[in-house]
Formats: sequence, structure tokens, C-alpha cells
Amino acid sequence: MFRRSSPWQEKESEVTPQSVYLNRRQIMTGAGALFGLTALGGIAASARETRTLAPLKAMKSDFDPGEELTPESAVTSYNNYYEFGTNKDDPAAEAWRLKVKPWTVKVDGMTDKPGNYALEDIVDYNALEERIYRLRCVEAWSMVIPWLGVPLAPLIRKLAPQSGAKFVRFETLADKSQMPGIRWPVIDWPYVEGLRMDEALNPLAFLAVGLYGKELPNQNGAPVRLVVPWKYGFKSIKSIVRISFTDDMPRTAWMKSAPSEYGFYSNVNPEVDHPRWSQARERRIGEFGRRETLMFNGYGEWVADLYRGMDLQKNY
Amino acid sequence: MPKVPMNVLRFGLKPLAFVAMLLPFLWLAYSWYFAFQGLPNGLGVNPQEASNRFTGDWALRFLLLTLAVTPFSKLIKSPKPILFRRMIGLYALFYAVAHVTSYVWLDLYFAWGDIWADILKRTYITVGMAALLLLIPLGVTSTKGWIRRMGSRRWRKLHMAIYAIAPLAVIHFFMMRKGIQIEPLVYGAIYLALMVPRVKARLVTRRRASPA
Ligand code: HEM
Repeated sequence: MFRRSSPWQEKESEVTPQSVYLNRRQIMTGAGALFGLTALGGIAASARETRTLAPLKAMKSDFDPGEELTPESAVTSYNNYYEFGTNKDDPAAEAWRLKVKPWTVKVDGMTDKPGNYALEDIVDYNALEERIYRLRCVEAWSMVIPWLGVPLAPLIRKLAPQSGAKFVRFETLADKSQMPGIRWPVIDWPYVEGLRMDEALNPLAFLAVGLYGKELPNQNGAPVRLVVPWKYGFKSIKSIVRISFTDDMPRTAWMKSAPSEYGFYSNVNPEVDHPRWSQARERRIGEFGRRETLMFNGYGEWVADLYRGMDLQKNY
Repeated sequence: MPKVPMNVLRFGLKPLAFVAMLLPFLWLAYSWYFAFQGLPNGLGVNPQEASNRFTGDWALRFLLLTLAVTPFSKLIKSPKPILFRRMIGLYALFYAVAHVTSYVWLDLYFAWGDIWADILKRTYITVGMAALLLLIPLGVTSTKGWIRRMGSRRWRKLHMAIYAIAPLAVIHFFMMRKGIQIEPLVYGAIYLALMVPRVKARLVTRRRASPA
């Protein structure tokens, strides 16, 4: 069942010439050319198509921390999305290559309703809500972002996991032809994330299809991404193409890459240090100094119960 | 190779090289001038991270450039490039100090407890610190006076520390990045390429020296 009127089908992409601007990355690669770096980093230049982001209608929700929003320009230009490159400005420069319409999500594993679902069949665009969440990256920076989307729990129920299913596993698209970063073995592609079933059913867990009143820009994980604000940003997997139900704890991409650094839970926790970054403080993008990081990113009232009795030093 | 007269080298090319190698720093200072005021700037929305990385990159580039001078000089069969070596090395130190300053001042704002914890706990920072601590004495003893005082043999020995400092910096870079990333590997490959002729030369002299 396809609803033809979905916003994804409305606008055709338009062709605009690649904008010429000088930013830090270009200055740096220019400098790096000294050492022949650009030869390695170069991908055949082709006409850059930018998608017009359609506005989305959404109800306001109670999820609003009342904090100053991170400017949209920052949210959409400073991204970690390694499928498009490992520098913060790579995704904004490269993600236009991603084709988001049509989009199918494969549902499999321990479910009574496996199959390939059109995005419009799993996200009801007439029932979108806006939620303003803090986003805390493991690299010790944070943002406040107005997402548009639907709560995850009703979708999980609709997808009818079997009683033995204890985890939900998510997978990001991994297509070399659209994602230049995949040429490099940064991690074992595709990107995989997971939640325990009760985490996925928590009212905070959210499936976003937009931000700042419009469709998600590609660099932010278009067309559909997870948002789990009490966990480090990398848990909020982008551009989801597969949702699987399983009784086995999924091995996430980062767990495979560095098991001693990344655990399955990855809850924001100022007391558990990461070997690369102290997690006690964070820089809110736009602020000069650092502020204290809050346990569960300040969402303890919603999620602390999920982890009652667990040793969070061990289950990081 | 065209012959470059000595005075052109000393009074023309050297000051030019000095200014050229200062340019990244000038760009950084210029960008921070705007970043401090919260204005749009070349460092982007997380200027602290950008300036940590920018200075780290340049420190490493100048370290490798220092190592490239001797092979280059041999390649063109002229000792003239050696005239630039000290300046490049000092620039490596300059950018390494700027790097740490960026981190200690602009990023962590003198939160000494956190900084100390970082140095002890975060291995990549421990490694970076080791590189810097080794680099400082090379900078201090880079003058003619020190060469005289130490004697050129001992001075040379000390300055061979650069062979260890550069890979420490590469390891620091590799460890700091998440996953397996290409950039630090490229720098590592450049380091190895620059070391090959040196190791070869050493093996040759050793073979000659040993009665076989
Ligand atoms: C010779 C000495 C050093 C060199 C050549 C060096 C070089 C580098 C390089 C190349 C990077 C990666 C930049 C990038 O991602 O593009 C880096 C990152 C970093 N270095 Fe160093 N480093 C040195 C010493 C230090 C020391 C002593 C410290 C701290 C006390 C330090 C702290 C850091 C930090 C915190 C980062 C991460 C930057 C960020 O993402 O915010 N480094 N360094």
C-alpha cells in the first residue's frame, strides 16, 4: 500500500551547480595536497543535485527542554555520518548523493509481519509530532534539536515482534555508489545499532523523518532515523533500511570496531569515562566553555528504571 | 637543478619560507578573532575542535617535512635545502605548542584536573605528550651555540629523536580517530617512505663495517 500523496513523492529534485565556497575543509585539503592527500581523497566530481526539503506538518509535543535551540545551520553542517566521510563537514558536502525516494525498510527476524515496507507504510506522515531533544555526542559536544517524527513504540507493536524477541537491531544503508565513505574500512559496514526491547518501547524512543519543520536533510540521516536522546548520538542510527527482531544482543558497529570502548547500552553517563574523551563535561555547540554532562543526558526520569539493578560501570 | 646564489637563498627564500609557514597560524588567529565574538568563522560551529585538529595536523606536517629535507637534498645533490631544516623543525615545535595551547586554553580552559586526567588516562594524549616532551629539547638545542657546546656527534644523536617523535605523532593521530581512518595512515605511509632510504643507508654502512 503506497500513499501517493506522501511528501516524498511531491517534489522532484532540482539540479543546482555545486556551490563554490571556501571552508575549513577545503583549506585543509588544499594544504594536505602538499602531501598528495587530495589524490586519495578525490572522488569524480559530478553535478550536485540538492533536494528541496518539503515542509512537514507536526503537532507540538510536551518534549521541550526549554533550552535554546542549536541553529539549523549548525545542525545541518556539523555531522558525524562516516558513510559520507569522517570529517564533520563531509556529510553536508557529500550526502546529496543519497537517493531517499522511494525508500524501503526491510523487517525481518522474530516477527509475525516480516516484509519490505515502504517508508510511508511505517511512518504516518499525518500523525507527526515535534519533539525537542538534547543530543549528546560521545565526542563531548551537544545540541538541542527540534525533530519531527513518530514515537517508536507503536511502530514496534505494529511490526508484531514474537514473544521471544528481546532486541531490535537497526541497519543503515551501505551503498558504495551513493556513499563515498564506504570505500574506506573505517568500520565493518553496514552500520548496525540496537536497543533492548524495553528501551525500544520506552516513550522517549523516537523515529525522526524531519527537523526544523522540514524533511530530514540527507546528512542528518534522511529519510528516517532513530533518536534515543538518553544515549550517545551514535546510537541514534541514520537512514534505516532494516529493522530486525532477535533474541541475541546485536553486535553494533562500534562494538565490533572497539569492544573495550563501546558497549551495547552507551547511555550518556558522566561517571563512566571513554578512553578517548572524558564524559564529565560537554560543549554545547554555540557556547564557548563546557557544561556539566547530565546522567542519561537529563532524561533519567524517563529511563532510569530501565537500568535499575544494573552495574552501569560494567554495562556501558 | 638551477643554481641558486647563496644570498638569494639566505635573504630571499628563507624569509619567504618563514612567512609561508606562518600562514596557517595567521589564518587560525584570524578565524579565532571572529570565533571569539561568536561571528561566523572558518573554524565552523565547534571552533575548539577545529583548532585542536588544525594545529595538530600542521605540527605533524612540519615534522614530516623536516624529515623530508635530507632525502630531498640528496635527491637534488645539493646541501642547500639543509639551510631550511632548522626553521621547519622549529615550526613543527611551534605548531605542537599551539596545538597544546589550543587544547589547554581554548578547549578545556585550564581545567587542570581534567587535563591531567586526560594525559594519564587517554592513551592517545599520553602518546601526544610523549611526542611533545621529546620535541622540546630538540627545539631548545637547535641553535649554533648548542651544537658547539654539545659537539656535533652528541647533538646529532640527540636529534635522531625526531625519528621516534614523528611516528609517535602518527600513532597519536591514529588512536584519536574513531575506527580505521585513512588520513593518519597516509601520514604513517609518508613517514615510512621517508625512513626507507635512511634504514637502507644504515644497513649498507653496517655491512661494510662488519668483517664478512
Ligand atoms: C608533537 C606533538 C603532537 C603532534 C604532532 C600532534 C598531532 C595531532 C594530530 C595530527 C591530531 C589529529 C588532528 C586531526 O584529527 O585532524 C591531534 C589531535 C589531538 N591532539 Fe595532538 N599532537 C601532539 C601533541 C599533543 C599533546 C601534547 C596533546 C595534549 C596534551 C594533544 C592533544 C590532542 C587532542 C585533544 C586531539 C584531538 C583534537 C580534537 O578532536 O579536539 N596532542 N594531534
